[in-house]
Amino acid sequence: MLTPVLSDNWDQIRSWQLASYQRQGGYDALRTALRMQPADVVTAVKDSGLRGRGGAGFPTGMKWSFIPQDNPKPKYLVVNADESEPGTCKDIPLMLASPHTLVEGVVIASYAIRASVAFIYVRGEVLHVIRRLQQAVEEAKAAGFIGQNILGSGYDLDVVVHAGAGAYICGEETALLDSLEGRRGQPRLRPPFPAVAGLYGCPTVINNVESIASVPAIIKNGADWFSSMGTEKSKGMTLYSLSGHVARPGQYEAPLGITLRQLLDLAGGVREGHELKFWTPGGSSTPLLTADHLDVPLDYEGVGSVGSMLGTKALQIFDETTCVVRAVLRWTEFYKHESCGKCTPCREGTWWLVQILERLEHGKGTEEDLDTLLDLCENILGRSFCALGDGATSPITSSIQYFKDEYLAHFENGGCPFDPMASTVFATAGASA
Amino acid sequence: MAENHATATDVPVPYSTGDSKITDTTIAEMREIAARYPVARSALLPMLHLVQSVEGRVTPEGIEACADVLGLTGAEVSAVATFYTMYKRRPVGAYHVGVCTNTLCAVMGGDLIFERLKDHLDVGNDETTEDGKITLEHIECNAACDYAPVMMVNWEFFDDMTPESATQLVDDLREGTEVKSPRGATICTWKEAERVLAGFPDGRADEGPTGGKATLAGLRLARERNWTAPAGRQGSAPALDGVPGPRPEDQPGRESQAVHTDDTRKED
Repeated sequence: MLTPVLSDNWDQIRSWQLASYQRQGGYDALRTALRMQPADVVTAVKDSGLRGRGGAGFPTGMKWSFIPQDNPKPKYLVVNADESEPGTCKDIPLMLASPHTLVEGVVIASYAIRASVAFIYVRGEVLHVIRRLQQAVEEAKAAGFIGQNILGSGYDLDVVVHAGAGAYICGEETALLDSLEGRRGQPRLRPPFPAVAGLYGCPTVINNVESIASVPAIIKNGADWFSSMGTEKSKGMTLYSLSGHVARPGQYEAPLGITLRQLLDLAGGVREGHELKFWTPGGSSTPLLTADHLDVPLDYEGVGSVGSMLGTKALQIFDETTCVVRAVLRWTEFYKHESCGKCTPCREGTWWLVQILERLEHGKGTEEDLDTLLDLCENILGRSFCALGDGATSPITSSIQYFKDEYLAHFENGGCPFDPMASTVFATAGASA
Repeated sequence: MAENHATATDVPVPYSTGDSKITDTTIAEMREIAARYPVARSALLPMLHLVQSVEGRVTPEGIEACADVLGLTGAEVSAVATFYTMYKRRPVGAYHVGVCTNTLCAVMGGDLIFERLKDHLDVGNDETTEDGKITLEHIECNAACDYAPVMMVNWEFFDDMTPESATQLVDDLREGTEVKSPRGATICTWKEAERVLAGFPDGRADEGPTGGKATLAGLRLARERNWTAPAGRQGSAPALDGVPGPRPEDQPGRESQAVHTDDTRKED
């Protein structure tokens, strides 16, 4: 049922240190990779069926193969460790517990695309994760896994840990590149795609932490091993993150295609005495689902077939004590705050969305406001510069689809009919603010 | 209360206080950061973290120093500094206390915790207590949702918070009691934390556990039920027996070292 691979060493003593990682066979995959031709490493990752774990699900090996090797410019690998999508909490615990899994993947991936420098762009708001990444890179340098002539292979690589400074938009890969170049983090027009003109205008691969961290296991155990897990088009194991009103929230590593019903069962179910109301399959930018979707396979196709997206597999669970209007308003405030301001539909649209939702939550809206909201969403979705604007519309349109009556109840009631205390974790403990 | 507080955000901040602490050492460290990158301008974000570690905020002198080192104008540096939430134009207290009020944490209790702390500290959002100890800010999702409601002190995790544990935490910080993050190190000052973000390690990486209870929830269940990934090409998957390295059953005391289970702070 569960298949710990990425999380397998997390219960080892000082699992973040090189010595512990190597006791578990760490860096064996790097030795294997360095004995292969770079193109064969790309092929192995292609054959495994690994798809991007940052949300979009693009095949990782194919992304690597887009790097034009006849281009004389330097090539770069950039790891997107800017984990900020609301609900998403998988890369941070991975890097805290086992930064070397990522670092080993970085060296193998860099070798495969023949990068000279790799960057780990980690959000700035996670001090201890940054400490462990810095230490892991130093340990790997001292051991000869990073630097000149790595393990006698003739391959040279430098790795830089780079801390961001608080901007959700930098999780968007081209905004991340601008930020890494020392600019405001605003997305770039594509094409050209980063594979052709990325960091400093050079060929660049940008991958999510979990995608890169999956590479050593693929090289070590083989593409067939990886693709023996998962479903037809969604291969391998992945980290599902359960949070919210669930008995045992946390990280559950399972093959792609497991269902929320199965995961909830493993996690002790929805908190005692309550029932599932709505959930996100992969962060707040993926349309909400309900108890009707408990048996949907949580793979790229399965979640897509019910009008949502697998996203980051951030399963945020909300029970019947939660006001969906309040939840959606708060997410919308987040998108408004994080909109970079580059394009008008997102910059202005998220501002307007917040104003209308505030009215609705406080019982001062009308049914016409719901139509205005949907109209606004239509004008943002597909018309904004990047996926941030699209994501901002997801919770709104899906919540109106499934919970229109609850929106109506707010103005019938003249305000929010929910008690915010009832939804808290300390509601039952008798604590109060 | 909060609205009339001396540090309220509507009070203008002086452009320069004339007591900049940027020295030749700072400039040398800025050059050291720039040298890490193929193109020097990439160093700007870490350099601004360094400015905050020296000045306690982003000062005009800090902006000019970055501009000089990178061959940019002050306006170009300011444009970047004002884009990112972590860069502060007002002096930050010794401890930056963040309360996550994004949807999941808010619903789980973050909103009530934030309200309680505003009252308790008599400050509003993004304001500093009069003793200069604590700057309170509501923050967005910090990637620890499985520990909601979450707080951050100088960007270290504080998990599964309640209004009571939150007020105890800020009281401890103000009184100078040693405070440890349940998934991190002993809390240093905000300026010291900013120095690490600039890329100057403080040697604390080995403090704290591998992860908390939620991080290990799935792994523990898999161990209990003997669930593993399929065997790999080399005859055994990483999770199978026969792989060298300590396993839970042959490592007495592993739990106490690897996993932080008793959060004593919360029982205070």
